Amino acid sequence: MSTVATSQIKLTPEHARPRASVRSRLQDALPKIVLAPSFAITIVFVYGFILWTIYLSFTNSKTFPSYAITGSRAYQRLWGWTFDTDPPSSWYTSITNMGIFGFLYIFICLALGLFLAILLDQKIRGEGVLRPIYLYPMALSFIVTGVAWKWFLDPGLGLEQTLHQWGWTSFHFDWIKNKDFVIYTVVIAGVWQASGFIMAMFLAGLRGIDGEIMKAAQIDGATTFQLYRRIVIPLLRPIFLSAFIVLAHLAIKSYDLVVALTSGGPGGSAWLPSNFMYEYTFKRNEMAVGSASAVIMLMTIIAIIVPYLYSELREKPR
Amino acid sequence: MLRKLLIGTALASGLAFAAHAADVKEVQMLHWWTSGGEAAALNVLKGDLAKEGYAWKDVPVAGGGGDAAMTALKAMVAAGNYPTASQMLGYTVLDYAAAGVMGDLTETAKKEGWDKSVPAALQKFSVYEGKWVAAPVNVHSVNWLWINKAVMDKIGGTEPKTFDDFVALLDKAKAAGVIPLALGGQNWQEATMFDSVVLSTGGPEFYKKAFNDLDDASLKSDTMKKSFDNLAKLVTYVDPNFSGRDWNLATAMVIKGDALVQVMGDWAKGEFHAANKTPGTDFLCYRFPGTDGSVIYNSDMFGMFNVPDDRKAAQIALATATLSKSFQSAFNVVKGSVPARTDVPDTDFDACGKKGIADLKAANEGGTLFGSLAQGYGAPPAVANAYKDVVSKFVHGQIKTSDEAVTELVKAIDDAK
Repeated sequence: MSTVATSQIKLTPEHARPRASVRSRLQDALPKIVLAPSFAITIVFVYGFILWTIYLSFTNSKTFPSYAITGSRAYQRLWGWTFDTDPPSSWYTSITNMGIFGFLYIFICLALGLFLAILLDQKIRGEGVLRPIYLYPMALSFIVTGVAWKWFLDPGLGLEQTLHQWGWTSFHFDWIKNKDFVIYTVVIAGVWQASGFIMAMFLAGLRGIDGEIMKAAQIDGATTFQLYRRIVIPLLRPIFLSAFIVLAHLAIKSYDLVVALTSGGPGGSAWLPSNFMYEYTFKRNEMAVGSASAVIMLMTIIAIIVPYLYSELREKPR
Repeated sequence: MLRKLLIGTALASGLAFAAHAADVKEVQMLHWWTSGGEAAALNVLKGDLAKEGYAWKDVPVAGGGGDAAMTALKAMVAAGNYPTASQMLGYTVLDYAAAGVMGDLTETAKKEGWDKSVPAALQKFSVYEGKWVAAPVNVHSVNWLWINKAVMDKIGGTEPKTFDDFVALLDKAKAAGVIPLALGGQNWQEATMFDSVVLSTGGPEFYKKAFNDLDDASLKSDTMKKSFDNLAKLVTYVDPNFSGRDWNLATAMVIKGDALVQVMGDWAKGEFHAANKTPGTDFLCYRFPGTDGSVIYNSDMFGMFNVPDDRKAAQIALATATLSKSFQSAFNVVKGSVPARTDVPDTDFDACGKKGIADLKAANEGGTLFGSLAQGYGAPPAVANAYKDVVSKFVHGQIKTSDEAVTELVKAIDDAK
C-alpha cells in the first residue's frame, strides 16, 4: 500500500501535496467515521433510553407510555413497599435478595476464584486440561445453568432423590423449594458458573507477577502464607477491581438465572429487582413503577461503582 | 448513474407494490399456539381461510409464550405496523381498544348475529364502547376437578358435592398412600384454584362482588377469611415437592395415578387426550365441589386491529371464519375448551365437553358466568397480579394467617387499582 502511494506521488509531483492531505485527512477521520454509527447507536439506545426511562418513571404510564408528567407516585409506592417487611412486599423481597445474592455471589466468586488460581499456579501437571474445565461453565448461558441446577437441586429428581436411592434416606436438601433459602440456590448456581472465569483472571494476574519479588521475599524468609498475604494478593489489586466490576454487573443484571432456576421461587421469594422490573412493566402494565424500579437499580449501581472507580483511577497519577 | 438510480427506484417500488398486493390477500396473525394440539386446531382455521383465497402468515415471536408475544405486539403497535389480528386475553383487548388501535367489526357482527350467540359476559371484552373489536375463539372454564378413575375406584370415592365431601375424599386418598392433590406451586395455578375455592365457599353472588366488582366489604369479609382457611386446608394435601411445578406435570401426576385429583382449567383435558385417555373410563371431570351451576371462565380472543382499508376484507374473512359454527366446534374439540357461542351443536364433543357446553349455556342464562380473576378476566392485570401475589404468599407461608391474608388482599388490590 505504502509503496503504491509513494510511487504515485513520485509520478505526479505537482498533485502530490493536495492529494496527500485529502488522504491523510481522510485517514484522520476514518476512525471517527467508523465509530460514528456505533457511537450514535449507543447514545440513542443506551443513554437516550436511560433518559426516557427516567422520564417515564414520573408519568402514570400503564400499558403504554404516556407522556404527561404526573409526579413521583411510582417512587412513593416503591418507597412504601421498601418498609413492608411482614409479610414482605415483592419489592422488599427483591432488594433484600439483591443484597444477599450480590454480596455472596461476588464474595464467594472472588474467594473461590483466587483460591483455585493459587492452587493451579503451583506448577502442577495437567494444568492445560484443568483450566478449561473450570472455565467452561462461563461458556454456558444463564438459562442452561439455571435449568441444569433446577433439576439437580430438585428434591424429587436430583441430588436428594439420588442419595435416597443410594441408601442415605435421612439426607434432606430442599432449599430450592423453600422460600427462605431459595435465593441461596441462585447463589450456588451463579458461583458455579462464574468462579472459573474469575479464576482465569486471577491466574493471568499471578502469572504477571515478577518472579524476582517472590524470590527476594523467600530469601528474606517469608513463609508461603506470608508471601501470598503480604505480597501476591496486594499485587493483584487491579485484578480484584476488574473481577469486582465484572461480577457486580453480572449480579445486578441477573434475571434469566432466577427465571430458569426457580421461576420466581415459592411466592415470588427469589425475585431480584430485574425480575420486579420486568413483571411490573410488561406483565402488570405498571410501566411507571417498572421504570422507577429500573431507575433505582441504575442509581444503586452508580452509587457503588462510581466511588470505587474514582478511588482506583485517582491513584494512578501519583 | 442517474439512470441506475431511477431503475433501482422503479424496481424497488415495483417490489413494494407486489408485496403490498400480497398483503391484501393475507391474514397476518400473532399468536402463541405452537404446541401440537393447538397448532392442529389452528390448521382448521387456516384451511377455512385458504378456501376463500386468503393466505395465512404467522407473525414470528422470538421465544414463544404469551408474555413474549404481548411484548412483540406492543412493539408492533407502537411502530404503527398492525397485524391483521392477534391472540389476546381479557383486559388486554380493552387496553388496546382504549388506545384507539382496534378495528371495528360491528357490521359483520350484526350480519352474523354475534350479539345473540356470544355470551354477554364475553362481550364485555370483545365489544368496546359499542364496537366489536375482537372475535372470541373459545371459552375455558376454571372450576373443574380432574380425577384419575382407577385411583378413585381403588379408594372407593364418589363425586364430592360439597367442600367437606372433597376434604373427606382427599383424606381417603391420603390414607391409601396416594398424593391426594396434584398442584403446581406457581402463583397463577394457586390463584386459579383459589378462584374455585372462593366460589365454593361464598357462592356466586359473593364471587361476583369480591372478584369482579372488587367490592371492599366482600374482600375483607369473614367469608373471604373462610376461603383462605379452606385454601390452607387444601394445601395440606399436596406433596412437599409442589413448589414451582408446571401445571402439565401436575396433570401428568393424575394421569399416571400418582395423584388423585387436580384442580385446573379445562386445558388440562388436552393432556389427558394426548395420553390417549378417555373421559368416564380413565379420568373423571367434575365441577369443583359446591360450584355446580356456575362457570368461572377465561377466553382466548382474536383482537382485530385497525388495519388499512385494503386489508379489511381479509380481516372480516378471518373474524367470520373464527366465529363460524363449524370452526368453533372443530377447534374446541381439539383444544379442550367449549365454543364461544352458545348455539353450536355438541355432537362432536366428549362427555366433559358436552357438560362444559351445557354448563356454559345454563350459566349464561342464569347470570352465573363469571370472569376468572386469576386468569385476568375478573379485573385488570395490575389487580389480578396483586391478587396472585397474595394467594401465592399465603400458600408458601410468607403470609401466615387468613386474617393477615385478607388485610393484604385488600391493601394490594386498592394499591393496584
